[in-house]
Amino acid sequence: MSVFSVEIFLVVFGLALLCLEAFVPTLNRRTLAGISIGGVALAFILFVFASKSATDLPAFVQPYHQLDTLAVFYKGFALVITLLVLWLTVESSAYLTKFTPGGNYSELFSLPIFVCVGMMWMASAKDLITVFVSLELVTVSFYVLVAFARKSNLALEAGVKYLILGALSTGVLVYGIAWIYGVTGALSFEGIGAALALPATSKSAALLAAAFLLSGLAFKVAAAPFQMWVPDVYQGAPIPVTAFLSVGSKAAGFVVLTRTVEAFVVKGSIIASEVQGLLIVGGALTILLGSLPAIFQTSVKRLLAYSSISHAGYLLLALGAGSARFDLNPGGVVAFYLATYLPMTVLGFLVLAVLRAHGGGEDLQDFRGLSKRSPLLALAMTLALASLAGLPLTAGFMGKLFVFTGLVDQAAWGALVCAVIGAATGFYYYFRAILVMYTSDSQKADLLKLSVGTKIGAAALAVVIVVIGVYPKPLQHLLMPATVSVVAH
Amino acid sequence: MSVLEIVILLPIIAALAIWLGAPARATSVGAAILNLLIVLGLLFQFKSASAGGSGMAFESARVVLDNPAITFGVGADGVSLILALLTALVTFAAVWQIAADKPAIYHIASLLIAGGGLGAFLSTDVFFIYAFHELALIPTFLMIGLYGHGEDSHRKAVAWKTTIYLGAGSLVLLAGLAWLVLEYSGGQKLTFDLNALRAQAALTPLPVEKQGLIFFVLLLGFGTLVSLFPLHSWAAPAYATAPTPVAMLHAGVLKKFGLYGLIRIALPLLPQGAQVEWVQQALLFMLLGNILIMGFVTIAQRSLDQVLGNSSVMHMGYIFLGIAAGTEIALQGAVLLMFAHGISIALLFALAGRMRNQLGTLELSKLGGLASHAPIFTLLFAFGAFASLGLPGLANFAGEVMVFLGAFGSNGSTEFGPMQWAVVVALWGVVMSAVYMLRAFRDIFQGTANAGLFMNDPVLSQRIPLILLAAALLIVGCCPWLLLDLLKSLSAAKVAAM
Repeated sequence: MSVFSVEIFLVVFGLALLCLEAFVPTLNRRTLAGISIGGVALAFILFVFASKSATDLPAFVQPYHQLDTLAVFYKGFALVITLLVLWLTVESSAYLTKFTPGGNYSELFSLPIFVCVGMMWMASAKDLITVFVSLELVTVSFYVLVAFARKSNLALEAGVKYLILGALSTGVLVYGIAWIYGVTGALSFEGIGAALALPATSKSAALLAAAFLLSGLAFKVAAAPFQMWVPDVYQGAPIPVTAFLSVGSKAAGFVVLTRTVEAFVVKGSIIASEVQGLLIVGGALTILLGSLPAIFQTSVKRLLAYSSISHAGYLLLALGAGSARFDLNPGGVVAFYLATYLPMTVLGFLVLAVLRAHGGGEDLQDFRGLSKRSPLLALAMTLALASLAGLPLTAGFMGKLFVFTGLVDQAAWGALVCAVIGAATGFYYYFRAILVMYTSDSQKADLLKLSVGTKIGAAALAVVIVVIGVYPKPLQHLLMPATVSVVAH
Repeated sequence: MSVLEIVILLPIIAALAIWLGAPARATSVGAAILNLLIVLGLLFQFKSASAGGSGMAFESARVVLDNPAITFGVGADGVSLILALLTALVTFAAVWQIAADKPAIYHIASLLIAGGGLGAFLSTDVFFIYAFHELALIPTFLMIGLYGHGEDSHRKAVAWKTTIYLGAGSLVLLAGLAWLVLEYSGGQKLTFDLNALRAQAALTPLPVEKQGLIFFVLLLGFGTLVSLFPLHSWAAPAYATAPTPVAMLHAGVLKKFGLYGLIRIALPLLPQGAQVEWVQQALLFMLLGNILIMGFVTIAQRSLDQVLGNSSVMHMGYIFLGIAAGTEIALQGAVLLMFAHGISIALLFALAGRMRNQLGTLELSKLGGLASHAPIFTLLFAFGAFASLGLPGLANFAGEVMVFLGAFGSNGSTEFGPMQWAVVVALWGVVMSAVYMLRAFRDIFQGTANAGLFMNDPVLSQRIPLILLAAALLIVGCCPWLLLDLLKSLSAAKVAAM
């Protein structure tokens, strides 16, 4: 069985779920949630077996589809985050019922599955057309998801902002694709790389194409100077969708960015140093524009939004300044970083969702006294925030270590200074949030009653954060063959 | 599982157990006693265990990452063992004296600081040395912010200042360590393993000028953590504000991390770095700032916690002097002084905390005459204060003398260079210490007691950890060779580097 069939299964499953909802309107949401989670979990299990046993694809997709380590990793990543988001949707059902007309939010169980398929497809894209089609599948689904809580003004505002700016960025991206086709005569990454290595290719035109492509993708990953939409959209969207945007959409953007940049900086490429410089400057700028405004945030959701921006900055730096001496190439480091970013971000949003479900808001004030109300959640959130801040022995530190070492190796001192400033401010705002949880003067003193699922989920994510922080070797090995293509025929 | 791993993990596991609901005081005190006993046992076994040349004992390693190669390696030489002993002693004293009415988080924080400190001192991998130190910093920040003394806004401000200074210092340090590791792995695989790095440093030393640059970056990073002048301004307010056990552990133990890093990482890997002329001059300038300027600042303080906090910053200058000199005697003296300072400052902070609890103030002008109703307390305080000002017979004296002698004779000739001038100037620090410590002692304990100011002696059970600390000062002061015997490896490493 090929990994490819898992994608087919998910498409069919997503459509079936939509039909189920249309033809059996009496079905209650809990059942629907169970079915969707079960389906994705089944897909994940199938995927695990398929990724181990075979890497070969049906002949008719081979021209568009590749299955290297990175692709397999991102497919797994997409399945995991989708599962977590569906679970978060269940956790925040109270909020969703309140803010959707008729309390009807059943589509929220099928749309993430389509996003997942898009992400999986994108991960193994070999050319820009496949990228574009799958990216649109992801983005259009997100337009709907962001504006889902229609009875909330914030959500509507977020939806409109995301739709308009997203459509604009798509335009820029297509323009970039057209230019790159004009310059190189190719749409596949391989062809683009080969053409860029020829001295005859026009450098200025190639740079223009690269600028458009990178700008379009910078919007998708929330990198400066295209990061303006992030805080508002994150704040307005329902919590599961925000988590999905923050982790899933970012991963989707970065897998494309990785492939594109790899094509741009192939050996002998005429624009390699410019593209790398652009990534490093953009990364440094993103870190500053993400972490400095974060100091002033009082809403945890906005705080996480700015944090997400600054993490995009580190990821860009990882992509632009990888060290040739790691076992992981830049793309591998990015994947590693994203794998560490997943548990900490999802955990942060889970705690937000639980507080929301218990009548709290999303402000720092609402976190007061959390350590008294639920020691487990407080500890889990502490770990998540410490990991976001990049403290050693948590997952977040390993990613930062790779980035810092790469920057030193490339002698990118300016970017290193920006990264240090960003990390130091990070200590400030993440620690402020931690501190608030342990101050006891809270308006609410009732104990939080957590469901067993929440408890297990929070504990599991916290354990993952610590385990990756202390013992990152298995994750590294998972990503390591990324340097050599595993598609051995 | 090796015995050193147990030493490191025991406090952390105990902290976790308390968080899960184990009885706080019993668990933490039990873990602290057990750890103290294990460390004492290790001290006795060290000689036979380290017979194999490298000076390291009890080594074991687990690979956690392949490339860059990171191993959770543990091992102890004399320096790390002395600091582990310091940690175990101070931890025991700190958790013992946490009053029953304090929340469990006091115990958790103390244990985490202890575990982080032990991990940093006993790891043999640069990554874990760094990581464990950071682990120990978090509870410090939290405890200052949550349970610090003083006004709400003041406490928060101090917590932020500390967080940002130490956070930025750690990041500079991280960049410096990354640079060091990259330079030494030359086109090969990156490794953070200290032994491998050391072998590489002996095989292909870096150019002297580059060594100086990297050393300087590390000095800025480690120096911020140790409160090297002019990066020191976080330290005194942080100690004055921190809850007593945290002040004891941070001033007594955690602050030694930066010095330990210089001795363990910077000096062996960059043997000529500290001797580069401009680095040497910058370091001498900064450490004299610690001693002289902070000496005057300390004299100007009017409150005991500020006197202690500032004096702690000041005394770091002597240890930096020992590191700057880099001779065998000076380095051994510096390590001895690290131990002595840790014990004496922890004792003083413990006593100051008790005074604050009972009297509600630490203003020198409001205190007086305590000796008449709390003689044992006075005696214990005298041990700490007199050790701190360098009275012969107590631990600090031996260390200070060795640092001064070692630094003075460091260039092997009778010529008067910058180092000799620095020693002459630094010696005035001893006088200044005497001024502020004796004045503080007089103001607090002598004369007639102010009306309404009454304080009773600690009962026997409260005395135990304090007496233990005082005894350590006396024993090491009278028989410094007990610890100096452990420091043979320091000279061996130095000779190998020459």
